Amino acid sequence: MKPASFAYHAPKTVDEAVAKLAELGAEDGRILAGGQSLVPMMAFRMARPAHLIDINAVAGFDRLAVESDILSIAPVVRHAAFHHPAVAGPTGLLLAKVVAHIAHYPIRLRGTFCGSLAHADPASEWCLTAVTLGADIVALSARGPRVIAADDYFEGMMMTTLAEDEMVREVRLPLLAQDARHGFYEFSRRAGDYAIAMALTTYRVEDGVIVEPRVGIGGAEGRPRRIAEAEAALKGEKPGTEVFRAAGEAAAAAVDPLEDVHADAEFRRDLVRAVTRRALERAAA
Amino acid sequence: MSKRNEITLTINGRRHAIRVEPRRTLVDAIREDCGQTGTHIGCEHGVCGACTVLVDGAPVRSCLMFAVQAEGKEIRTVEGLAKGDELNTLQRAFMDNHGLQCGFCTPGFLMLITGVLEREPDISDEELIDVLSSNLCRCTGYQNIVKAARAVAGEMRQQRTA
Amino acid sequence: MTAPTKGSGLTWVGRSIRRVEDPALLMGRGRFTADLPAAHRVRFVRSHVAAGRIENIDVPDGATVFTATDLAAVKPIVPALHKFGYVHVAQPVLAAENVRFVGEAIAAAVAATEAEAEDIADGVTVMISEMPAIIDGRAAMQDGAPLVHAQAAGNICVEGKVQTPGFAEAHAGAHRRIAVELRSRRQNATPLEARAGHATYDPISERVTLTCATQMPHLMRTAIADLLGMPESDLRVIAPDVGGGFGQKMSLVPEYVVLVWLARKLRSSVAWTEDRRENLMASFHSRDQHIRLEGAFDADAKLVALSAEVVANVGAYSCYPTTCAVEPLMAMAELPGPYDLRAYACLARGVLTNTCPMAPYRGVSRPVITLALERLMDAAAAQLGLDPVDIRRRNLIEKFPYTSATGLVFDEGTYRQTLEMASNALDVPAFRKRQAQARSERRYLGIGFAAFSERTGYGTPAFAARGMGVTPGWETVELTMDPSGYVELRIGASPHGQGLRTTLAQLVAEELGIAPERIKVVHGDTDRTPYGWGTFASRSLVIAGGASVMASRKVQAKLKTIASRLLEAASDDIVLENGAARVAGTDRALPIETLARAAYHQSHLFKGELDAGLSESATYDPAGTFSNACHAAIVEVDAETGGVTIERFVVAEDAGRLVNPMIADGQVMGGAAQGIGNALLEEIVYDDTGNMLTATLADFLPPTCREIPRIELFHLETLSDATLTHSKGLGEGGAIGAPAAVLNAINDALTPFGISINEIPATPQRIRAALRQAEKSPA
Repeated sequence: MKPASFAYHAPKTVDEAVAKLAELGAEDGRILAGGQSLVPMMAFRMARPAHLIDINAVAGFDRLAVESDILSIAPVVRHAAFHHPAVAGPTGLLLAKVVAHIAHYPIRLRGTFCGSLAHADPASEWCLTAVTLGADIVALSARGPRVIAADDYFEGMMMTTLAEDEMVREVRLPLLAQDARHGFYEFSRRAGDYAIAMALTTYRVEDGVIVEPRVGIGGAEGRPRRIAEAEAALKGEKPGTEVFRAAGEAAAAAVDPLEDVHADAEFRRDLVRAVTRRALERAAA
Repeated sequence: MSKRNEITLTINGRRHAIRVEPRRTLVDAIREDCGQTGTHIGCEHGVCGACTVLVDGAPVRSCLMFAVQAEGKEIRTVEGLAKGDELNTLQRAFMDNHGLQCGFCTPGFLMLITGVLEREPDISDEELIDVLSSNLCRCTGYQNIVKAARAVAGEMRQQRTA
Repeated sequence: MTAPTKGSGLTWVGRSIRRVEDPALLMGRGRFTADLPAAHRVRFVRSHVAAGRIENIDVPDGATVFTATDLAAVKPIVPALHKFGYVHVAQPVLAAENVRFVGEAIAAAVAATEAEAEDIADGVTVMISEMPAIIDGRAAMQDGAPLVHAQAAGNICVEGKVQTPGFAEAHAGAHRRIAVELRSRRQNATPLEARAGHATYDPISERVTLTCATQMPHLMRTAIADLLGMPESDLRVIAPDVGGGFGQKMSLVPEYVVLVWLARKLRSSVAWTEDRRENLMASFHSRDQHIRLEGAFDADAKLVALSAEVVANVGAYSCYPTTCAVEPLMAMAELPGPYDLRAYACLARGVLTNTCPMAPYRGVSRPVITLALERLMDAAAAQLGLDPVDIRRRNLIEKFPYTSATGLVFDEGTYRQTLEMASNALDVPAFRKRQAQARSERRYLGIGFAAFSERTGYGTPAFAARGMGVTPGWETVELTMDPSGYVELRIGASPHGQGLRTTLAQLVAEELGIAPERIKVVHGDTDRTPYGWGTFASRSLVIAGGASVMASRKVQAKLKTIASRLLEAASDDIVLENGAARVAGTDRALPIETLARAAYHQSHLFKGELDAGLSESATYDPAGTFSNACHAAIVEVDAETGGVTIERFVVAEDAGRLVNPMIADGQVMGGAAQGIGNALLEEIVYDDTGNMLTATLADFLPPTCREIPRIELFHLETLSDATLTHSKGLGEGGAIGAPAAVLNAINDALTPFGISINEIPATPQRIRAALRQAEKSPA
């Protein structure tokens, strides 16, 4: 299972990288960052890029920094950067919880946050995180930068609104409020496997009731998204078992589940119900 | 066949000057171009971990890297663990605990464990088992691999607190 | 290090000495087939349709590609079986006119590197007129189903029938009849090293050396030489270090035949390394079976009659040497299992479909028949108001020798005792309390048992009964002590992880009184070892071990004679121990090396009494022996997600004398892990046109360490006389009992819902579907 031939480019600066992408993007040129998703596809020859633009050595691409209330994540920030909280407060803790579910340790040492967003696998934990927290994706091409809201970024399974000559230059993740509650729950067949369904939820409690609820579902549909019906079931309610159960039911009813060899629609729906409820229980704990 | 790049891979401290196509994976370069066949290929799509080596101290799947990406990095493979014919602590723990049967997955496990214990010396037992779930074995049922890894982690922990 | 078996009087046997295999493997110095360099690499072009006629093969200009036309002189693979109407289907090593499963090899592209060969293979266009394909075993038997092979009517490749006299009366007169229907889904043994072959032609000797991942090097040599029409002596087969087999590497590999042909054609070296996708799609599959059992019980819950119907989906071709009949016919022969039963009837069919061919996988049919029998026992216990342990107690065999309804002879074993050990270890009464408490909290815990026998160490008498064209069974070893006093033991068995180089050395060390380090076991190379049958069917320790002991005793006798002369004592007074021969009760001794040297260099001293040298061979061919075990599991089923966690897993087993307890335990743990994977995770899935949906390790799911609990092991050692060493085999046992124990535990957990799960893997999806059904129509 050897990949098809390609020409290899290793730019050292962001300008070089952008120029390469401008030149080669239309000729089936792809960015190589962590390679943990791209290279297996190349081994199966499902992807046969004529050019690989390796950005691992580009100066500044490993930048992970807090800018007022935003966490700025550059293209070569590895999943492992989030193993220990990358920022003080609930966001850092949430990302550390989520990252533990991404594949396995060696994959997390190479794979990148931005790479996950570019790849847009429906079962990607970071894609779910970006959508649920309302991240901005900064796309960069020779034509300049372009900010895409997460809601406008995912088009479907492995499809984004990035142009051929654009790369993900940065993901800007809004930090959660200091008193935000957060919970994540994922169901997969084995340790480290793709999520068949997962839920990410955050909310705050004001005067004893839930405000600003966010319920994101991933792995169950072609792209991750917030489920308005589930959020409506939570808003203004006191956090508790019955409310969480209702939110789970609402999420299950709202999704149009994928079907594949691992799960049919009925089963995925069952899982959406369960993971939503359990993510909420974890947030409340 | 596209043009070949001339690169140097540093494996267990030794430099190997080789000519490889860009598509040559690191594991194929290690095994065939550099003649170090201790690292094995089990799936070539990043799931089984048999190809695990250390690159600048990080345990990685060498089937998911290209050789051209590894120039200038310090690569360590299973051949570098023993001192001549003398097994190191981890290897001896595997032997003492019957942590291998056919031996095919073993180099990948040895490098995974070596890498994680060097990087996370205070790793908890539970996290260690989580890391061990990165690699597949079909012969042992894992119990003795876990025993061997725990024994070495425990020994290292003791040595540090001593 | 453990002490020798208590009171055994043994020095080496019974000790968990470290494996001699380990240092090289740990240092990365193992030599696996893919490690060898080759001048040429092969990539096979494979069928992308499940059934069709090849119209045209278009090869890129200048590419080196071989097809069936080039290999016209190569005979097809036609394993033979002379029973039960077996239809002798033929498999060409490269598809000629028809393709019969997705992944079937059609052409061989050759280049200097694997990547280039793959580029060429990608550029080969095969025009195939697609024909309707049949995928499901039972559907394949229906009228109008497309025929996979024209000569097999109804796609039935073999149909076994058995019925004991008086069956109908016993069945009809029973107090209660209880039926279960089981579905075992398709498995792939998934050794971590896929298959690989390396063939090289030596122009001076005009011989080919085939180094390959195989469990049966001598039989591969015979088969390949036969298909190519070359003298066997011109082919050397070497099984080097082999990365697991589990049965998948037993059968003849068509691609290996092509490699040897290519080596002769190119007069060079040529290698093929199977990739994981090829292995999942086109190696061998197993255990795709449907079993229906009806048990007739008397008023005391004693099983008085058992009828069985087995349908095994055996794929598109027949594996050599066992033939594809091995699964259905073994199910038929062994279904009564470890239960005392006189009235038995069975109809067992092997059905051809347009899927990857079937071949034996650890336990072969035994995991499936155990699954069926143990579900029957639990179903009967529930219906008859009995405890699951109790109903087994009433039915397990306990008087030996016991001859089964199908004529199998069971030697002494501890079926009831291991059941008691397993259930005591789990403390069933305490568990029931905990289970009730959990249920009140809407948590679902369950306990499950699997009591079973393992047929092991059986030689030609047992294989002959099967009626195959090739009857394996005996093992020969050649033992040579050279003048230095070191021993070389050349065996025909072919280990691939079982630690046989260590355990056989222990057996020989015991007989000769020397340290195991002075014994080198040579295996896998047909040029260096006596003809043998390889390693499979839990046989090597018993049969190669028995032969090793026999050969050792011949050498032992000789050494004692030599010692008696040199020490001037009676032969009977000589003791071999600690590397020396000593006159019992004295300190007069001679080192082994002195005796060995004398045997070669002072042979005149023994003229007339002994032949010069110290080389003996022995052949052992036992009837076989039965190990027994009981597996028991406690699981928790997450009713919301269908997820299953195993809380505890216990094995109580009896494999007679354990030569190396550490190695024995390793075999049980490894087998149990595969059985657990079988029960919960692993399934090869085809769509209805025969495309495989599980062609990666992200879709076919062998377990990680997180899915396998700690296996708690308990041992009994029944020193039956069925084998020379009093050892029984146990390599397959772990895989045989685990699926049934886990499935029974899942069902026990789900009792409040009134549903039954009778399918493995018992995936979360299947469990949720059953629960949803129950919610609609609650019990």
